[in-house]
Amino acid sequence: MLNIIVCVKQVPDTEAPIRIKPDGSGIDEMGLNLVMNYYDEHATEAGLRLKEQFGGTVTLIAAGPERTKEALRTGLAMGADEAMLITGPGLESADHLGTAWVLAAAIKTVPHDLVFCGKLSTDDNAGIVGPALAELLGLPQATAIAHLEIDASATTALVHREVEGGVEVLEVPLPSLLTVERSLNEPRYPSLPGIMKAKRKEIKMLTLADLKVDISADGAGTRSRLIKLVPPPKRQAGRVIEADADKAVAEIVAFLKNEAKVL
Amino acid sequence: MANDVWVVVEHEGGQPKKISLELLGRAGQLAHALGGRTVALVPGKNVSAVARALGPYGADSVYTVEDPLLEPYTADAQTHVVGEALRREQPTLVLIGSTAQGRDYAPRVAGRLGTAIVTDCASLEVEDGSLVATRPMYTRKAIGTVRFAPKGIRIAVVLPAVYPVPQADPKRTAEVRTMHVPLAAKQIRTKVREVQAIQRETVPLTEADVIVSGGRGLRGPENFALLDALAKALGAAVGSSRPPVDSGWVPHDYEIGQTGKTVSPQVYLACGISGAPQHLAGMSGSKHIVAINKDPNAPIFQLADLGIVGDLFEILPKLTEAVRQAKGGNRD
Repeated sequence: MLNIIVCVKQVPDTEAPIRIKPDGSGIDEMGLNLVMNYYDEHATEAGLRLKEQFGGTVTLIAAGPERTKEALRTGLAMGADEAMLITGPGLESADHLGTAWVLAAAIKTVPHDLVFCGKLSTDDNAGIVGPALAELLGLPQATAIAHLEIDASATTALVHREVEGGVEVLEVPLPSLLTVERSLNEPRYPSLPGIMKAKRKEIKMLTLADLKVDISADGAGTRSRLIKLVPPPKRQAGRVIEADADKAVAEIVAFLKNEAKVL
Repeated sequence: MANDVWVVVEHEGGQPKKISLELLGRAGQLAHALGGRTVALVPGKNVSAVARALGPYGADSVYTVEDPLLEPYTADAQTHVVGEALRREQPTLVLIGSTAQGRDYAPRVAGRLGTAIVTDCASLEVEDGSLVATRPMYTRKAIGTVRFAPKGIRIAVVLPAVYPVPQADPKRTAEVRTMHVPLAAKQIRTKVREVQAIQRETVPLTEADVIVSGGRGLRGPENFALLDALAKALGAAVGSSRPPVDSGWVPHDYEIGQTGKTVSPQVYLACGISGAPQHLAGMSGSKHIVAINKDPNAPIFQLADLGIVGDLFEILPKLTEAVRQAKGGNRD
């Protein structure tokens, strides 16, 4: 029996364009399709597979605005047992470390043998919450794992993670926190009965006050702040030419020599 | 010391990694702006050669922390040693490379010390006395500017290849000191069973000045040999867009894009890659982009500096030969 926690974030669908607010303070969420963070789907899948293998429960935990419920329902529809959402005043100013504090406070209230996170979220692209959360929970970690096996007695996780020029093979004792790379698994689609069931499930709501965390005390949890968001610099399209092989090679070699200066 | 800028040095085979030298160069400029010194921290087993190599690249002073338990790398040992060194010396800014190691332990150190941390920094500046970073966000559909807290230790995890390796000055030396940080075997909870080296003749993607990358247009795994040959001639790395990974032609560590690596080499040569937003998210920060594609309407041409509408199966072998000759010619 494993008590499995999966941390979830709701983010803009990466397939859709984003609109940056005119004042550069963030993105305009009007009409934006918000979904469960891509990597968190892989994390949920990892949790569900272990539950199928060992028994136990999969609990989803998120810290974010009310609308995050929808992302949690996606995970419930995939098969997670329970969901918890921490919301309310004080959370909006949290930086990534602040979010990790909040999640840690919530996870400490429930039994946990394994905590899964996505390796990063596709909105902030930060990858901070996972390892910071492992530290705050006092758990060993493995990040961006691409392979996972748990031994029959459920005491140790054997994981692979990609490193520059190789693959690291690690043994991580349970309880532990693992962040998940997309090559770990293929997330299942929620089934229709799963979706119906998820609609009726209660999402446990918590506030920072319930958890007795004050992330803004002493500036902690607000030590980095996004002050401006701009579109990436537009690249000028250069020359496009139709060419046979010899002309193409001459053009590319000239470019590598004269403009890029790598030849 | 309060205004010092630190670099935590990553090394391999007795040599500092390229990213660490890039960071030393930038650390020197920031230390100058902040009125502090440039300090390198080198955790590892036998690191005296690494430590000696850092002065010429701009370190004023080097701390080594030597312990056999620091190799192979583990998050537990590294977090303990780096965290303890920072706690004792209280630098104002710490630069860590955005590598498999840096991304693994830097947030953990921040969690331990309760310090500000910003990851994936594509620039770091001192503006009106405050420290700001820019970083790609929303899968590179936006660039965010993030301000660090004005006080305390700040940790910046910096992307590779955004700052140049400084010119080495062989006359420059740094004072090397040993820092003693007790570390016990039981503090390391994870066990590295092995690190399986992937034997490739080409350089790692995130360290490469030139990347040759292939997409669906390569039609099959066997044709990646064309890229391998060109990459070898250029001294380049080989990458791919997502379809070759999903089709099983190449392993996941080849993938550049939203669900793979972010790279910013001097030259990115995209072969048979259409330019889906998911791929552009990982490579649009490249300094120069060359694209070869048979479809004149491929979106990749909208951001390529040089676009070739043509047959890559004819072009690549000839290009490899021409590059070999050009490189050979340079040596004469």
